[in-house]
Amino acid sequence: MELKDKLLASFMAFENKGNIDLDSDVHDLRIKAIENFEKLGFPTKKNEEWKYTSLNPILKYDYSVFPSLDNNVELKDIKKYFLHEIESYRIVFVDGVYSSFLSDTTHEEADVCILSAALKKPKYKMIIDHYFDKITSKNDSLSSLNTAFSKEGAFINIPKNTILEKPIQVLFFSTGSEKELMLNPRNLIIVGENSHVQIYERHQNLNKNKILTNCVTEIFAHKRAIVNYYKVQNDKNNASIIDHTYIQQKEGSIASVNTFTFGGKLTRNNINVYHEGEHITTNLNGITIIEGKQHVDNHTIINHKHENCESHELYKGIYDDSASGVFNGKVIVDKKAQKTNAFQQNDNILVGDKASINAKPQLEIFADDVKCSHGCTIGQIDKNAIFYMQSRGIPIKEAKALLLFAFGNEVINKVKIPALKSRIFKLIAEKLKVDMGFEI
Amino acid sequence: MLSIKNLHAGIEGKEILRGINLEIRPGEVHAIMGPNGSGKSTLSSVIAGNETYEIFEGEITLDGKNILDLSPDERAHKGIFLSFQYPIEIPGVTTTNFIKTAINAKRKAQGLEDLPAKDMLKMIREKAELLKMDRKFLSRSLNEGFSGGEKKRNEIFQMAMLEPKLAILDETDSGLDIDALKVVANGVNKLRNKDNATIVITHYQRLLDYIIPDYVHVLHNGKIIKSGGKELAHELEAKGYDWLK
Repeated sequence: MELKDKLLASFMAFENKGNIDLDSDVHDLRIKAIENFEKLGFPTKKNEEWKYTSLNPILKYDYSVFPSLDNNVELKDIKKYFLHEIESYRIVFVDGVYSSFLSDTTHEEADVCILSAALKKPKYKMIIDHYFDKITSKNDSLSSLNTAFSKEGAFINIPKNTILEKPIQVLFFSTGSEKELMLNPRNLIIVGENSHVQIYERHQNLNKNKILTNCVTEIFAHKRAIVNYYKVQNDKNNASIIDHTYIQQKEGSIASVNTFTFGGKLTRNNINVYHEGEHITTNLNGITIIEGKQHVDNHTIINHKHENCESHELYKGIYDDSASGVFNGKVIVDKKAQKTNAFQQNDNILVGDKASINAKPQLEIFADDVKCSHGCTIGQIDKNAIFYMQSRGIPIKEAKALLLFAFGNEVINKVKIPALKSRIFKLIAEKLKVDMGFEI
Repeated sequence: MLSIKNLHAGIEGKEILRGINLEIRPGEVHAIMGPNGSGKSTLSSVIAGNETYEIFEGEITLDGKNILDLSPDERAHKGIFLSFQYPIEIPGVTTTNFIKTAINAKRKAQGLEDLPAKDMLKMIREKAELLKMDRKFLSRSLNEGFSGGEKKRNEIFQMAMLEPKLAILDETDSGLDIDALKVVANGVNKLRNKDNATIVITHYQRLLDYIIPDYVHVLHNGKIIKSGGKELAHELEAKGYDWLK
C-alpha cells in the first residue's frame, strides 16, 4: 500500500482510538484536514516549492502512526539532549506520548503543558477555538496531514505582562521500538501582550529504526511580546523531519527563530510569518552544517502587511561530502506596508566536491517606500587563510574548523541562552570533528 | 640552523627559484633584498611550506633535518615563523582566540598541556606591551579592518607569542609609517637572542637601519647573485639593483 493510502486508512482508526473528543470543533478541523491531504497528496518535485527537495527517499517506508506505548526511556538516556545545567520548564514526549516523569511543567505563572490536555479540558475550549489551526496553510498538504493526526505536543499559553525567566524545553524523543514510525507533533504557543518567552525545541531519535517527523507549530505573539525560539536539529541519519512553523505577530512584537541543523537524513523547515500590526520585528536565522548525503531545505515566507515593520534573515550553510541544501526566502511586501525594512542574507561554503546548494531569494514588493535587500554567496574554504593559520602552527583540520566556525559565529552570537550557546559550540566542534574550544 | 641547498622551486611547473644556497646560523640576521619578481616571497613561502609551490630540486634542512616533507603547521611546531607580507583577515576569530589556538596547538604537538588561561593572559599582556599594541585590537576579529601597519604589528605580536627559532619577515616594513616601523623593529630586536635567527625580506634598505643584518643577500631572477655585510644594503640603496645584473 502506498503511504498516502495507508495514512488515509489509519485516520479512521486514529479517530476511533478514543482520547479525542469527537464533538469538538477540532474534530471538524481534522476531517477537513484529512480531506485536504487526500486531495493534495504528498508534494512532488513538480511543485515549485519542492523543486529541489524530493520526499521520495523518505516516503518509501511503511510508517506506522501508532507507536507502541511501552517504551523504556530513562532520564540518563536522554539527559545529554537537555539543557540540564539550567533551570527550565521541560515538556518531554517519547514516541509522541507525553512523559510526565521526564517533564517539568507548570500552570502557575503560565500554562506550560500539553496539547492533549488543552484539547480535552473545557477551560481551554475558548483558547483552542480561537487559535488552534488558525494560521496553518491550507495549501500545504503536510500541515493538513499533521492537523488530521495531531493530538499531542506542547501547549504554551502565557498570559499578558509575564516574563518567563526560565526557558521552556520542548523535547521529542523517538524509540521506534517496533517499526518505522511517523510522528505528527503539534505545538500551540500563545504569548500575551508584553510577555517574554524563550523556547528550545529538539527532536531526537534514540534507536535504529526509521523516523519521519511531520511537526507543526503555531505561534501567536501578541502586542509587544518577545518570542525567542531555538530549534536544534542534530538527529541521526535514519531520522527525517518536515517542520512547519507558523507565526502571527501583533503590533510591536519581536519574534526570532534560530534554526541549527547539524544532522538528520532530510530536514525541511518551513517558516511562515504573518504581520498583523505595525512596528513588528521578525528575525529568522540559521546555521546548517551537514555532510554525507544529508539534505536540508530552509523555506521562509515573511508577509509584510503593515507599515513600519522589519524583518532580518541570516542563513549560513556549510556543506561537506555530497550534502545538499536549499534556501528559499520569500518576502512579500503588501502595498500598504510602506516603510518596511526587509533584509535577507544567505551565505554558503561548499567543503565537499559534490556538495551543492540551491539558493533562491524571492522578493515580491508592492509598496514603493521600502528598504529591502537580499544577498547570497557561495564560496569555498580560503586556501590562503588555511596556509596562514597553518604557518602559525594550527593543523589543517583545526584551521578549517576555526574558519568554518568563524563563518557561522555571527548566527551563534544571536543565541541569548548562554547554556544553549555553549551547547551549540560543542555540537559544532563535534560536527567539524575537532577537539577545541571556540569560546573566548 | 637553516640550510638551503640548490633549491629549485616554482609554481604550476614554472621555475621561480633557480638554485638557492643559504646557510643561517643561530643568532644571525640575514637580509634578503631584491627587485620585484626576483623570488623573495616565493622563497619565504617555500621555507614556511606553502603547498601552492612545487619543489623541483634541492633541500631545506632545519637543525640537520629535512623539512620539505613537513606540513606548514609541523614546520611551525619546529620553530619556523613567517610574518606575511599581506596578513589574512579572519572575520569571527579574535586575535586573542587565534593566538591561544596557535600556542596550544604547538604545545599539543610537543606533548604539553594547554597553557593555563592565567599564564596565557599574562603573556599576551606583556607581548602587547612590547609592541605598544592597543589592547582593543586583541579582542577584535583577526586583522579584519586593520590598517596595513596594524596588521604588521599584529604579525610581530604573534611572533613574540610563538617565540620561533627562525623568523622570516616578509616585507614587514611595507605599510608602516616611521613610528610604527621603529616600534616593530624594536620588538624584533628585543626578541633576538643567541639561539634564534631572523630572515628579513625587503625591497628597501629602510628597515635595515633598525634591524641590523649580519649578512645581506641580493636575490635576482631566482638566484642569490651577491652576498655581503650590512654595507651592501647601503650600496644597493645608493646604486639600485641594476649595477648587479
